[in-house]
Amino acid sequence: MRELSYDVVAIGGGPAGMAAALSAREAGAERVLIIERDRELGGILQQCIHNGFGLRRFEEELTGPGYAHRYIEMVRNSDIDVWLDTTVLAAEPGGVITSVSPQAGLQVVRATSVVYAMGCRERTRGAIRTPGSRPAGVFTAGAAQRMVNMEGYLPGKEVVIVGSGDIGLIMARRMTFEGAKVKAVFEIMPYSNGLTRNIVQCLEDFGIPLYLGHSVTAIHGKDRVTGITVSQVNEKLEIVPDTAFDVACDCVLLSVGLIPENELGRAAGLALDPITGGALVDQFRQTSLPGFFAAGNVLHVHDLVDWVSEEAAIAGRSAARHARGELPAGGEARQVAAGEGIRTVVPQRLSPLEPGKMSVRFYFRATRPMGASLLQLYADGELAFERKLRIVKPSEMIVADIPVRKIGAAARLEFRLAPAPGKVETEEEIGEEA
Amino acid sequence: MARVVHAIQCIVCPIGCGGEVTVEDGTVTTLTGFTCNKGLAYAAEEVVSPKRMVTTTVRVSGGGLPLLPVVSVAPVPKDRIFDCLSLLRGVSVKAPVAEGEIIVADALGLGVDFRAARDIAVQ
Amino acid sequence: MTGTFGAGPLPATADVVVIGGGVVGCAIARELTRFELSVLLIERAPDVATGTSKANSGILHAGFDADPGTWKAKLNVRGARLYADLAEGLGIPRKATGSLVVAKDAGQMDTVEELRQRGRDNGVPGLEIWNRDRLLAHEPNISPEVAGALWAPSGAIVCPFLATVGFAENAILNGARIVTECAVIGIDVAGGAIAAVRTTRGRVATRFVVNAAGLHSDAVARLAGDDSFAIRPRRGEYILFDRSVGPLVNTVLFPTPDKVSKGILVAPTVHGNLFIGPDAVDIDDPDDRETTAGGLAGIVAGARRIMPALPLGTAITEFAGLRAAAGKDFVIGPSPVTRGLVHAAGIQSPGLTSAPAIGETMVEVLAEAGLKLRPKAGFVPVNPAKPRFHDLDRPAQAALVAADPLHGRVICRCETITEAEIVAAILSPCGARTVDGVKRRVRAGAGRCQGGFCGPRVTAILARELGIPVTAVRKDTADSWLFLPRADIGAGEGVHA
Repeated sequence: MRELSYDVVAIGGGPAGMAAALSAREAGAERVLIIERDRELGGILQQCIHNGFGLRRFEEELTGPGYAHRYIEMVRNSDIDVWLDTTVLAAEPGGVITSVSPQAGLQVVRATSVVYAMGCRERTRGAIRTPGSRPAGVFTAGAAQRMVNMEGYLPGKEVVIVGSGDIGLIMARRMTFEGAKVKAVFEIMPYSNGLTRNIVQCLEDFGIPLYLGHSVTAIHGKDRVTGITVSQVNEKLEIVPDTAFDVACDCVLLSVGLIPENELGRAAGLALDPITGGALVDQFRQTSLPGFFAAGNVLHVHDLVDWVSEEAAIAGRSAARHARGELPAGGEARQVAAGEGIRTVVPQRLSPLEPGKMSVRFYFRATRPMGASLLQLYADGELAFERKLRIVKPSEMIVADIPVRKIGAAARLEFRLAPAPGKVETEEEIGEEA
Repeated sequence: MARVVHAIQCIVCPIGCGGEVTVEDGTVTTLTGFTCNKGLAYAAEEVVSPKRMVTTTVRVSGGGLPLLPVVSVAPVPKDRIFDCLSLLRGVSVKAPVAEGEIIVADALGLGVDFRAARDIAVQ
Repeated sequence: MTGTFGAGPLPATADVVVIGGGVVGCAIARELTRFELSVLLIERAPDVATGTSKANSGILHAGFDADPGTWKAKLNVRGARLYADLAEGLGIPRKATGSLVVAKDAGQMDTVEELRQRGRDNGVPGLEIWNRDRLLAHEPNISPEVAGALWAPSGAIVCPFLATVGFAENAILNGARIVTECAVIGIDVAGGAIAAVRTTRGRVATRFVVNAAGLHSDAVARLAGDDSFAIRPRRGEYILFDRSVGPLVNTVLFPTPDKVSKGILVAPTVHGNLFIGPDAVDIDDPDDRETTAGGLAGIVAGARRIMPALPLGTAITEFAGLRAAAGKDFVIGPSPVTRGLVHAAGIQSPGLTSAPAIGETMVEVLAEAGLKLRPKAGFVPVNPAKPRFHDLDRPAQAALVAADPLHGRVICRCETITEAEIVAAILSPCGARTVDGVKRRVRAGAGRCQGGFCGPRVTAILARELGIPVTAVRKDTADSWLFLPRADIGAGEGVHA
């Protein structure tokens, strides 16, 4: 068993792991390692062959592989070590990482700082408990995407998509491009979870109907899927009687949610946020385990990879500072609460703010769609800060810089989203990270 | 004088403004509801000659993966998308491929190249 | 000499033909290989354990439940003892968890006392009545509204798939031939005795047929002119939960039973999951394994009587199994109509537990029916050990990878299953031929992501090891293809070299 030591180790070589490693190196960490279980870097981006990535980060519209390429080149041009085809078996408190690979066998790495960047997994049929049989042909949309875009196999020819999140919408177009007939997309909520642009260019462009407020109540087929049964649901998501109808298909693609992949953290006793499914972190992206940081989808599910890169850069910088013993320690962390209208907020804690810091960037998800809104900070019960938003959608992350002076020394911090009086004409600039 | 009013959802940015475009005798005469220049430009084109960026894959041999993702460098007329896909389905390239390399130039004479979206190294 | 396994050619003759590759058929085949006999087992699916054997509670019942004097009672107790001896050598994961029948009130405590008596009559060891405090000390996460329980220390849990595969593999190692994708289409009877079995792969001449065809055992019997019993499929639905909530229970928890079934359990699996179920609903179609909204809601309600705080949010999959019920007891014995035909049919609970004992019994039944039994020298009672990477300590894992680098590639992240384990599962004597076959043998795809990550990789490994295209790999049944080829229009010359 080889034993090695590094200042910063990123577990996961997707956009989060690469950005964290690069910014750790840039911030002065000498020995930086990325451990990636696949045979190449890039993570989930390599199967996202559609475009829409990088508008913020690179001011260009790139494909997923194109965005990954930029980061892979930066990593290649650095002296960051990369282990591919390597799986982390355990990452224990104190920074002891055990990994295994065919080439190098079992290895133990001692890391002063660890950045969790493992991304997420897809919610399964079992998690939504759809009744029926268990024939071949039921796939999660992401697993199907990999087969179609990277291996060159189709999951079926007559497709039904469950869930109107972006992965499902993108696959509706992809399957259509590959010659399949996409019969419909069914979404249980009364609104779509995907970007409007995807509704237009993935569904409307091809005449694929979107059924809002519908739930799949059974999947049929003994060997291979033969069809599904669908019913309308009411506002409480209960089945409306006598609205059932059948749709014949040979393939069901499930796009019903993503779950941060925190099994390594759980095994190490990591404190998790039950709503995001990811770690509880402070503004440095440090978790409840000292020296362990988290960024990207493993922390909370992102909609734009540009924010993943930025968040991972925060985590990487913090990891480097921690490795040099420079991360401010001590002092009680304040809880940041998600109040009315806010489903999740990251970071969930504020460690003592450093002198000279002008603002803290927070990432939010809304509970429900809203029109013109006000993002509000309540400090010790008093409204301390307000930001106008033109429109609010649960599927789109809200990112806002909150001035430090508005946060002040309040012990209780809570964010809320309230409807704005009147119309909001312009959104204020989000601002630069100070 | 034929006058048609189209309801258009803008897809340029996440906000997704909606508006109306009035077309008279094939020319755009009025646009209402769009809130920025990019949106106005998109809406005007969408009703007259809609275009879309196209991403797909082509076969690649000798590399670590069997498929190479490709992307159009500019939007393609919407009614030619499936012709482009047919063309690309018959294309096969050999590794190594460099990101950005032109895989198909001036596809179907539309003036749009398709480029490699990533590197594929020789396996 | 080792036998064979797969969708291969059928021999022209066999001393004994066992119909059905469930846990009962495979256990019988194994027993028969102790003797100088050509043993053929035919199974219509591409793998063993595709019927009721893969969709049950995985429990080795203590045996107090069955009426004394029945086959169920005798074979349950004998079977439980056999598993205790055999499991390790055959590679069958087994945990002696004990089991509890929970009583919610004084009336149920009376029933539970009756069960203890019945158990004593059946020869079940160690039965005790526990009071409420003792029960809650052992199971702190159950409802506090309980009166007490029957404690049966000889109850255990087992992996039903690996039990079936374990028996099958040992049978093959000892010379049995198992032919899959082979359905029975006729049985030739001459002068009131078995002459041959006709299948979709041809005809095999034989004088002895063991009917272990589960849900189709009545149809098989009728092919031989025997309609002495009828199978009424009885469906039971289950919900399986993530391993993280496995520790919520320490033992198998039964409710106080009623006339129809043992009731809805809350129990651990031998792999560390929690599960609930089954209910009991008579249906007509022996091939209908759909779960239902009403059924799933019903087992949740039932399970909540034992565990109110059921962690529904951690459910990872649901499934239904069909009991091949022929009445109150198993149908064990010679056909009353056709000589040489013997039945191991109507196997419902405690069928899994009884399987090795049914194997022993069927040998006796066959002997009485005229089968000549000469013990075989060199019968190997154990299977070669298969290392499970995730069960080993670090030095052992390091050694395993050093010896076989494919142990260094983790394919199933949720359960930490390596490529080498998957390859071994495919290449072993009773090797996997399908994605679910791999899952049943080594758990790849059985975890919380349910194959979302590893499914495509397992498919590719199967294609490689079996030498078939990816598009020919199936999920479970013969026609359960997974992927289609991409429609390429002509390979053509590339525009870029």
